[in-house]
Amino acid sequence: MVARKQREMVYEAIIFSCALAAAAIIILIAAFVFVEGTPVFVKYGLERVLFGTHWYPTGKVYGLWPMLTGSVYVTAGALVFGVPLAVLTAVFLVEVAPRRVADSVIRPAIDLLAGIPSVVYGLFGMTAVVPVIRTLSHSIPGCAEDPVLSTGYGILAASIILAVMILPTIINVAADALRSIPPEYKAGSLALGATHWQTICRVLLPAARPGILAGIVLGMGRAIGETMAVIMVAGNVPVVARSIFSAVRTLTGNIAIEMAYSSGEHTQALFASGMVLFVFIMVINTAALMFIKKGAR
Amino acid sequence: MFSPRKAEQVALFVLWAAAALTILSLVSILGYIFIHGQQKINWEFLTAEPAEMGASGGIFSPIVSTLIFTLVTLALAVPAGLAAAVFLAEYLKKGRIAAVLRFMIEALAGIPSIIFGLFGFAFFVIILKPLTGGWSLASGALTGACMILPTIIRTAEEALRAVPDSYREGSYALGASKWQTVAKITVPAALPGILTGIILGIGRVVGETAALLLTLGGSLFIPARLTDPASTMSMHLYKVAMEVGAMDVCFGTATVLIFTVLLINLAAGKVMKALRQKTIA
Repeated sequence: MVARKQREMVYEAIIFSCALAAAAIIILIAAFVFVEGTPVFVKYGLERVLFGTHWYPTGKVYGLWPMLTGSVYVTAGALVFGVPLAVLTAVFLVEVAPRRVADSVIRPAIDLLAGIPSVVYGLFGMTAVVPVIRTLSHSIPGCAEDPVLSTGYGILAASIILAVMILPTIINVAADALRSIPPEYKAGSLALGATHWQTICRVLLPAARPGILAGIVLGMGRAIGETMAVIMVAGNVPVVARSIFSAVRTLTGNIAIEMAYSSGEHTQALFASGMVLFVFIMVINTAALMFIKKGAR
Repeated sequence: MFSPRKAEQVALFVLWAAAALTILSLVSILGYIFIHGQQKINWEFLTAEPAEMGASGGIFSPIVSTLIFTLVTLALAVPAGLAAAVFLAEYLKKGRIAAVLRFMIEALAGIPSIIFGLFGFAFFVIILKPLTGGWSLASGALTGACMILPTIIRTAEEALRAVPDSYREGSYALGASKWQTVAKITVPAALPGILTGIILGIGRVVGETAALLLTLGGSLFIPARLTDPASTMSMHLYKVAMEVGAMDVCFGTATVLIFTVLLINLAAGKVMKALRQKTIA
């Protein structure tokens, strides 16, 4: 009997350490990224690294501003294209779609969109979207002659691809929020003589607002953290963007592209990019969590 | 401006159009990849080794390496994840410690893969080099395991929580200990849910690239040891697209990748369906 009890305690200790280890990973990640990234900030000054507009590692110039703004631009672009489409699709899914269409077409399609590897999105972007944008930019005066604006690679291409990639995240979270509204809300509104669309606009969407915002913020996190699809279509020039046709480099792209051949201080500067990205993600996820909590109340 | 009835019609049209556009974006991506990839897909492409850095030949070694990499990652992540889930669901259900652990694991799910890559590079590739061999299958799989742990833990914990208490009480009443109840009753009852989490994890591992770029090494040979470098299909696609420029190979690889994801989604759907029927029965 005693042996069995001790054995149980050993098992319990093992699974406890597994849970502890899983939870500790996030601390380890933060520690490694910050320890490796901080020296560059200390040596060159926070301001010069964050707001420096030149990235020239061989000359020991590490300004992250082009990448920081690049990440913000492509993410904003993705939200501009993606959010309206995703929210409308979520409303359609919950309120309008016949059951059969929702279950057999839309949901599997959303699952598949979420499952397509990002390199496949990137491949589609560079072979199907970029040429179209290139042709478009050639017909715009001022863009056609400019080598940075006329390649097709850039903010617009990255925004379009990212918009499609964040659709599943926003649709799923927004649809959940719409589904969890008490049915009395809708019944009450319809009973007062409101049309279905009036009910959606004035009752359901406001009621689901925190959940929809949480979905949008999570989509934002996904867009800013995406690496592969973006480096395949963004052009990756470390220069502050001037137009939506500008080729840009993002924080994620900066790391993925240069890590393979970097060393010493250059590597640390790439960790500094990771640090900035990490802070962005933490702020975004905290915001999402707050919206989710607000929605639950 | 509009009469309410007119507005209703317009709105309905807009909603249908939005859903159609969402579906259309999926169909056009899949269609485009398949049309360009299908002439490349044949037995030779699937079973021949890559030649000229991937510019010609097949993708046999990336396929096999993807399989090996997935298995090693699962071998690391599933036992640890399941153990953590059992602890959170059966031993430490409530309280501040449980909330903190859960919050930290949940936060891990939102970290972008390139950050996992940085971490894997600094920790597994550099610091643990004597053990992992630097850029290697081991470093890549350890990084991949960290990435899918939150998914596996969350789904397993939910599945364990959904097991009715009467199961546990019945087991205790027969004199079984807590551990015996967990191992013989609760975990088997929650198996379909646990399996769903594992399948979702496989999907993420197969599609992952950014983190592996910094940890897996990217060799075109099939790894024979854990300390050998390797390259998955996704990585191969990226390298061939960006460095070699053989687009036909890329489309072929992308087609294989999409079919793999389709199979994974199908399997997940089947398991979910079995789960639902079991709960109803």
